[in-house]
Amino acid sequence: MSFLSYLINGISLGSIYAIIALGYTMVYGIARMLNFAHGDIIMVGGFAIFTVVSTMGLPPLLGILVAVVICTVLGVTIERVAYRPLRGVSSLAVLITAIGVSYLLQNVALLIFGSNARQFTSVVTLPNLKLADGALTISSVTIVTIVSCIAIMAALTSFINKTKIGQAMLAVSEDNGAATLMGIDVNRTIAITFAIGSALAAVAGALLCSTYPSLTPYTGSMPGIKAFVAAVFGGIGSIPGALIGGILLGVIENLSKAYISSQLSDAIVFSVLIIVLLVRPTGILGRKINEKV
Amino acid sequence: MNKNKVRMQNGITYGIVAGCWILVQIMDKTGHMTSLLRGILVPLCMYSILAISLNLTVGILGELSLGHAGFMCVGAFSGAFFTKCMENVLPNLQLRFFLAILIGAVVAGICGILIGIPVLRLKGDYLAIVTLAFGEIIKNLINVMYIGLDKGGFHFSIKDTMSLGMDETGVVIIKGAQGITGTPKASTFLIATVLLLITLFIVLNLIHSRTGRAIMSIRDNRIAAESIGINITKYKLMAFSISAALAGVAGVLYAHNLSTLAATPKNFGYNMSIMILVFVVLGGLGNIRGSMIAAVVLTLLPELLRGLNDYRMLIYAVVLIVMMLFNSSPKAIEMRSVLLERFRKKKDTAAKEAS
Repeated sequence: MSFLSYLINGISLGSIYAIIALGYTMVYGIARMLNFAHGDIIMVGGFAIFTVVSTMGLPPLLGILVAVVICTVLGVTIERVAYRPLRGVSSLAVLITAIGVSYLLQNVALLIFGSNARQFTSVVTLPNLKLADGALTISSVTIVTIVSCIAIMAALTSFINKTKIGQAMLAVSEDNGAATLMGIDVNRTIAITFAIGSALAAVAGALLCSTYPSLTPYTGSMPGIKAFVAAVFGGIGSIPGALIGGILLGVIENLSKAYISSQLSDAIVFSVLIIVLLVRPTGILGRKINEKV
Repeated sequence: MNKNKVRMQNGITYGIVAGCWILVQIMDKTGHMTSLLRGILVPLCMYSILAISLNLTVGILGELSLGHAGFMCVGAFSGAFFTKCMENVLPNLQLRFFLAILIGAVVAGICGILIGIPVLRLKGDYLAIVTLAFGEIIKNLINVMYIGLDKGGFHFSIKDTMSLGMDETGVVIIKGAQGITGTPKASTFLIATVLLLITLFIVLNLIHSRTGRAIMSIRDNRIAAESIGINITKYKLMAFSISAALAGVAGVLYAHNLSTLAATPKNFGYNMSIMILVFVVLGGLGNIRGSMIAAVVLTLLPELLRGLNDYRMLIYAVVLIVMMLFNSSPKAIEMRSVLLERFRKKKDTAAKEAS
């Protein structure tokens, strides 16, 4: 029974990673840049919910809504101000700018909220689920996390395959120049991608802080890196890859924490990543790109 | 570039370091030195060494590495481990420190080769994430490592001090997450400057040698380099391991500048690797002097802004973003060239009027 509960908690943690990884993978697929500030947008989402729910005393759903709006606006603004001027320049320059944005968000949060950890009240208020006469308890946050991850995946896949904007996103990720020739506004498409990724980060922030209820300006940084690893794991640029990578990462992390060593869990997660990349250099679902001479 | 020009450029770089050292000595003698500034002298050299060594991987070899702090960590721990072990055998601190630097460099270099063999098969962002992963693994492993020394030799454990099973003469040297305590403070500004000069000497000579040109040809076009018979793996590994060894030297310097050495996310985590990368990119890829200057400026900046307390890291972040935009964005480059053109025209007309 304990194995089952570790496994379910792992899937739940993995679902959060998957939602964050989606933001990474979509932005990478379209703009070919690693958005290192993505993890900090999660933190901003967390603080937005904290302010609305704990400080103002409004209902949690309203809090999530406010967080989604704030993060979307923030994501689009960051893209417009910091990343768009560097379009077409070496990816390293954009990477450093993204790191600058990440420092900026952390320090603004530090100034407003201070460095002390805030107690986050869970946005999920449902009762826990008890199975097998109480031998197995699954918390409601876990169920909500897994369900929302599946819902987000389904919605996103149909959005990309069915709508015009989604098709435009695919086209831009395939070939930037050809997409422009077809009359697709590349800048607008990238802005929309950032908006979606940031909105997902806000949702991930709500779920992450409900599971681990301590909120500091650095809360988003490690999950951000882990989600990035998950995105690479599944094949960066691939949406089902983000789901598989995220869940595998979460399960491996939780099981190694439970059965091997809690201190070594990060090392184990990273070792698995290295082994996967050595066998499949572009991740589990990544496409192999042949080099042309 | 012809040989004389190269020699002059290198001379300027060495001259800057020597000049800074003399400047500090003058400031020290005339009493213009604050304790804050004195405390930051060794870190300044250390960050410069780190930036120069990472530039070898990122700028010269052209592979993005996010795990440089991991090699620094290996160097720091192996060096400090040596000085602690040999405390009774070799009482001379200077000699012990000198040997520790060599050991740190060698161990970090070997780590560089071991990690480089699998990692350098990957490309681009995948390589970056795997180096990041290795850096985190190294930090994690050191955090659970316990090593003790007694009459029977070394004892090793990954659980706790008790499970080392030592007799009563045993001394715990590496204490898991607490790391190594009581390392002698052997790093001085003179030694740090000399190490910086040696690093510069190694890297600058490497770049302008046949080997260096081979490494740069891999960066510019791997396939073309391969087709003219350059052994890609050999040169890639060479650059990567030299870079790692130099980071190890910086690590030994770091370990002997503080009395306790523990692997925390702050000093050996990916944040540190990223900070070194920021120095390299801001200083200019492949520009050794640039990464040195960027390391010094960006280390001094938060210290000089200390009076602003909470706002200093905020200002640092804004400066970083603005500098990147100003340096790299096509619009800013265009604006700069237009301004430069206008300035030149003014000069020309002024010169004509004068004549």
